[in-house]
Amino acid sequence: MKLELKLAFRNLFGSRLRTLLNVLVLSFSFVIIILLNSIMDGWNQQAQKDSIEWEFGNGHLINEKFDPLDPYTILDGHDKIPEENIGLTPILERQASIYPQGRMMSVVLKGISSEQEILKLPTKILKESKEEFPVIIGKRLAESAKLNKGDRVQVRWRDSKGTYDANTLSITEVFDSNVPNIDNGKIWIDINKLWGMTNLENEASYFVVDGKFKNPELSSWNFKSQFALLKNLKDLINQKKTAQSVVYGLLLAIALLAIFDTQILSIFRRQKEIGTYIALGMTRLRVVRLFTIEGSVYSVLALIVGSIYGVPFFIYMSETGFPIPPADQKMGIALAEVIYPVYGLKLILMTVLTVIISATIVSYLPARKIAKLNPVLALKGKKQ
Amino acid sequence: MKKEPIIHVKNVSKSYPIAGKEFMALKQIDLSLNEGEFAGIVGPSGSGKTTLLNILGSLDKPTQGDAFVLNKDIKALSHNEAASLRNYHIGFIFQVFNLLPVYTVFENVEFALLLQNNSAKERREAVMRALNWVGLTDHADKRPDKLSGGESQRVAIARAMVKAPKIVLADEPTANLDSENAHEILKTMKKLNQELGTTFLFSTHDEKVMGYLDRIIHLRDGKIEKDEKNKL
Repeated sequence: MKLELKLAFRNLFGSRLRTLLNVLVLSFSFVIIILLNSIMDGWNQQAQKDSIEWEFGNGHLINEKFDPLDPYTILDGHDKIPEENIGLTPILERQASIYPQGRMMSVVLKGISSEQEILKLPTKILKESKEEFPVIIGKRLAESAKLNKGDRVQVRWRDSKGTYDANTLSITEVFDSNVPNIDNGKIWIDINKLWGMTNLENEASYFVVDGKFKNPELSSWNFKSQFALLKNLKDLINQKKTAQSVVYGLLLAIALLAIFDTQILSIFRRQKEIGTYIALGMTRLRVVRLFTIEGSVYSVLALIVGSIYGVPFFIYMSETGFPIPPADQKMGIALAEVIYPVYGLKLILMTVLTVIISATIVSYLPARKIAKLNPVLALKGKKQ
Repeated sequence: MKKEPIIHVKNVSKSYPIAGKEFMALKQIDLSLNEGEFAGIVGPSGSGKTTLLNILGSLDKPTQGDAFVLNKDIKALSHNEAASLRNYHIGFIFQVFNLLPVYTVFENVEFALLLQNNSAKERREAVMRALNWVGLTDHADKRPDKLSGGESQRVAIARAMVKAPKIVLADEPTANLDSENAHEILKTMKKLNQELGTTFLFSTHDEKVMGYLDRIIHLRDGKIEKDEKNKL
């Protein structure tokens, strides 16, 4: 095997241009596969981190009648805050309408303690504000409702008995978060104010829990762990990853096809060489192994060449990040303006193994023909 | 005590299917060669010279009869045994040189020794010695495409001789060379035959070669027509 490896390197370095072209194509696939995957991993990590920091905390304790994905459950999906409430930050949701510039928009008023620290929402501003109904909104709602910091907007809501009421909200802050779920159509208000507005004193739709929460069995409340809350996000990213794997699968296929073609061509064009190997005392099996290793060595050289231009490129990308166009950021999932690729050891090892193994397989398949060649005809260079 | 022949061919026939018919390339050949002989199989194209050399070089097997090389029955050898026989005991010299194009002269000559797992030092010494025999030590780093026909064939001789084989089979070694180079090559091989005692068996129809041979085996239509000591 050592000899075949040595000869394979010798043969590949000897046939300069052919080797260079194959290696370049394969190294390009290698770099692109790592880059695309690292961007997905970077997105995954960033989206999970943002979702935890801005929305999920350590998990949610949700009222049994409340389904965060079903707006029809907002009306009745709330209950009194349990006496044992260590580690719980209550959030009460109510439906409302705002009237920015004469238009009507359905929104959800989200009451949250202005002193909370579990979520990154800048709720302290609500406490510090001198306005009667200070609220904070995200940049997406601000953009869709054409509202800015300092603006006022009419709001209409119903209290616990169904009576309509209206007042004027003051936009005290427009926050910038990558998590659309806490932004699109959501207005954050101090929970004490919302309790007063709705006559739902001491009630919550759900709680964001922190590390002190011990998950006791609380009747009428269901606990959803951070892991369970992140599941949808992970599934979505995995689905995107699968879709993207088609792209790099195609790229890899093109590179492997180049190796396959080279091998096929080699076996036809290098018949005399194969015959000479056999005449000089190489067994056919060793010649098959030599040609197979030549194909594998392409992938090893591609890894080396890919590293030469790929590593500086990866470092540059990890510093500058991959900018996401504004249109993509409105997809409804946690997506930052810039995604920083994450290069995990597992990702690199998997990519390296995928490239080497697949290159070896596509090299071996045509090389098997050598075992059936007639060395006498091969020596004469006759096509078989 | 009678010396065992290094090559012993008994009643060997070889046929190929050509256009649906069996073509008899060799017909009941009987032949023996002793160690150290400098012999040639002479005959026109298609007379079966190369076929016989291929059988003796364990690249092919007879259809009928027995061929023994160094007491090994060619017909009974497995692929690996035949490869080992070629690697250690048989050197080949081809009409079109068959040098490995991407290797340097040194690497081409070294190849057989690589298969024998010799140490780098042993290989280097043996390769330089072989290149010295053929007068090409200063061409060691050149690639075959930078060599003339005569130089290429001398590299092929060095490659065949580097492993100190018992037998060298040379298939029309001068066919692609001019007269001057042909004589040079033949002188080199004759010298190696005399100094090292290596058995040389040529296939040729070149008059120039015949002058150097000690024994000429005339082959025609797959049969040995005449087997004689060279009186030239």
